[in-house]
Amino acid sequence: MQNTTMSLDRTKTPFIKDAVDFNLQLKPYQKYVLNNGAEVYAIDAGAEEVVQVECVFFAGNWFEQKNLVAASTNFLLKNGTSAKSAFQINEHFEYYGSYLNRACYNETATLSLHTLTKHLPELLPVVKELLTDSVFPGQEIETYKQNMKQRLNVSLKKSDFVAGRLIDAYLYGENHPYGRYSRLEDFDSVTQEELTAFYQQHYVNGKFIVFVSGKLPSNIYELLNSSLGDLKNGAVSIADIIASPATEKKYRVTNDPNGVQGSIRMGMPFPNRHHPDFLKVQVLNNIFGGYFGSRLMSNIREDKGYTYGIHSYLENHIQQSAWVITTEAGRDVCEAALVEVYKEMDLLRNEPVDAEELALVRNYMIGIILGDLDGPFHIINRWKNIILNGLNESYFYEQMATIKNISATELQELANKYLVADNFYELVVV
Amino acid sequence: MVHFERFTLSNGLRVVVHQDTSTPMAVLNVMYDVGAKDEDPSRTGFAHLFEHLMFGGSLNIPEYDEPLQMAGGENNAYTTNDLTNYYIQLPAENLETAFWLESDRMLSLAFSPKSLEVQRKVVCEEFKEHYLNKPYGDVWLRLRDLSYQVHPYRWMTIGKELSHIENASLQDVKDFFFKHYRPVNAILVVAGNVTTEQVKTLAEKWFGPIEAGERYMRQLPQEPAQTAARKLEVHADVPLDALYKCWHIQSRMDHRYYVADLITEVLGGGGSSRLYQALVKEKKLFSNIECYHFGTIEAGLLSIEGKLVKGVKPEEAEAAITEELERMKNEQITVTELQKVKNKTESAIAFEDMTIMNRANSLAFYELLGDAHLMNSELDRYNKVTVEDIRQECKEIFKETNSNTLWYLSKN
Repeated sequence: MQNTTMSLDRTKTPFIKDAVDFNLQLKPYQKYVLNNGAEVYAIDAGAEEVVQVECVFFAGNWFEQKNLVAASTNFLLKNGTSAKSAFQINEHFEYYGSYLNRACYNETATLSLHTLTKHLPELLPVVKELLTDSVFPGQEIETYKQNMKQRLNVSLKKSDFVAGRLIDAYLYGENHPYGRYSRLEDFDSVTQEELTAFYQQHYVNGKFIVFVSGKLPSNIYELLNSSLGDLKNGAVSIADIIASPATEKKYRVTNDPNGVQGSIRMGMPFPNRHHPDFLKVQVLNNIFGGYFGSRLMSNIREDKGYTYGIHSYLENHIQQSAWVITTEAGRDVCEAALVEVYKEMDLLRNEPVDAEELALVRNYMIGIILGDLDGPFHIINRWKNIILNGLNESYFYEQMATIKNISATELQELANKYLVADNFYELVVV
Repeated sequence: MVHFERFTLSNGLRVVVHQDTSTPMAVLNVMYDVGAKDEDPSRTGFAHLFEHLMFGGSLNIPEYDEPLQMAGGENNAYTTNDLTNYYIQLPAENLETAFWLESDRMLSLAFSPKSLEVQRKVVCEEFKEHYLNKPYGDVWLRLRDLSYQVHPYRWMTIGKELSHIENASLQDVKDFFFKHYRPVNAILVVAGNVTTEQVKTLAEKWFGPIEAGERYMRQLPQEPAQTAARKLEVHADVPLDALYKCWHIQSRMDHRYYVADLITEVLGGGGSSRLYQALVKEKKLFSNIECYHFGTIEAGLLSIEGKLVKGVKPEEAEAAITEELERMKNEQITVTELQKVKNKTESAIAFEDMTIMNRANSLAFYELLGDAHLMNSELDRYNKVTVEDIRQECKEIFKETNSNTLWYLSKN
């Protein structure tokens, strides 16, 4: 076998099948409707006997009248019902080796269960209990406030945390759900009445959608219907809240006088996924700062060594987005790093992307999506994103087509439209 | 049950193949039997810096990332105290590109001075980002040094100090490469939509011609049993007082490792765990508390850490931890409590095994431990643990003389 050495030319790349030639399919979901009209999207796939059930409520920050009410309600969902203490609830889910997580986003708030499929019948009734009978005990609220304030005190020492809050406040305004951030005093003013009222309106009587994935039992519909099919599942309307971006664009903030790094954030307002430029700009963003081989990474990390990493991305919001650049750079080289970011914008505006780089980015993006369709949880996640953004499956195929077909000329036009220094907020927090 | 086949090339490279035809992807994972524990104490952080240099071009391929991205693939790597692991995921039809790239950098790196110069800076920024520029960031730099006197686990993979990284020379890089990055010290796992026949052919073609190298014989200084409690008090610009304690536990292949793992779950795994319930919820001494261990191959550490509620004295908080540990030593936990942590373990294993990337990684790790088959009998070893094992092992671990304590206090 060893004689292959003689003929082996290691300088020559083996034949590569272009990823753009792969015919990517998004596995279709099965859709059920529960007795109460709640929609269930299901992906049955995978080899492991595991399942994920995610209940999505329209109970995010967008719906709160006062800062932190949505997040606190969501956080304390599993801290007590009229029949069970927080400890008993945790013990129940943990006894079956399951994970019950909750998360609060801007428009939505979720309660999600990960478990071995066999334990679903023991767990879903308690999920229902949390969604119909949470009582938000006063003691639990006090402990939560105290611990969250302590956690916030620690986070406020970190330049990356502070920078992340500030850039969103500049982009959307402090009164917008996307730009609002929590202060210590906001925790103090949260009351049991507010949480209970929010819970009643947005969970007990609120609208919800279920996303279920994994190796599903044949009676999944019956299981879900018997536990979630008699919740109220009301209607929802999302109010218009207008962003008010800051007028001043450049900021330098000192958070820790002894800090050895600066947290750089740059950003510009950008429309949401329904805008015709959105998918195209995702390709441009990849070239700019969206993967390891990007212009920003190649220059600022791999050539200059100013940072451990630099990234750009479109924020994952439903109503409107922002194009953001983030990096932590050595304190002395922050300004130099900013100069390089603007240079890279100039380059993309002034010169078309060459064919080789464009081919590479196309293949890379398709390959990543192919890899990301591996397994039921990934597939349902992609569907969830499409559904919650008010899109349909054609969005997925448009995305493929855009990646495969966008031209260097179009990319250059987009760079000229968006990657303009004056568009960007610029912030360095040390 | 994860199925696999194994063979060894004539140069000593061990190959494991795991077929999964439900995915269009393939993973190629190369694990090198070298980690931060193999470093010279005056040149710490080197194994990790070296991992960065592995992306700076190899003998015949100037750019590692570009061809891989062209093939629709992505890759990453990590270094621990025990090992260094590199992995690629790409469409299975382009598997050969992964073989080409990984085999060329096992053959030889390009040893570019520019790459070394840049990556020294990048790693220094990584050091700052993760260990210096955030509150409590240097805790484990201090606590490892307190807990170990001679064993190389006393430094972190990022290194003891920035100067060690700044001073790395190209000669150091070459020596390290030819000592550790040889077929005889590596394990190759290929997983996904592949066949053993195909992997055999590709492995022979691309890795077969590489010189075996010398098997690295590890002779690490062994940590003597700790005989007296150690304490350290630090005053820093942090908003809250924090308490850290750690104790020596058994090595990865010892059956008591599984007992210790379950002990961390009883004490600190989730909202119904003992420390959280007693000290955060009932006594309100801590705003958060965790219990975990490092999962190292050689004898490692089990740790409890938490931030104190403002106004609570560290003596008081520490006494409350001790009280919980005394309960663990004196009374058996209930059979239900043990079953809970076993159920959690069963579930954690199932979730971990969902992706081919994790399966490939685990197969490599267990092969490094001695036998990839260990992966499939892991749960049995947990299930053998009894409530009395837990109690006995708590008595061993939580001896005062085995403890290392750090009070990390707020200056303000």
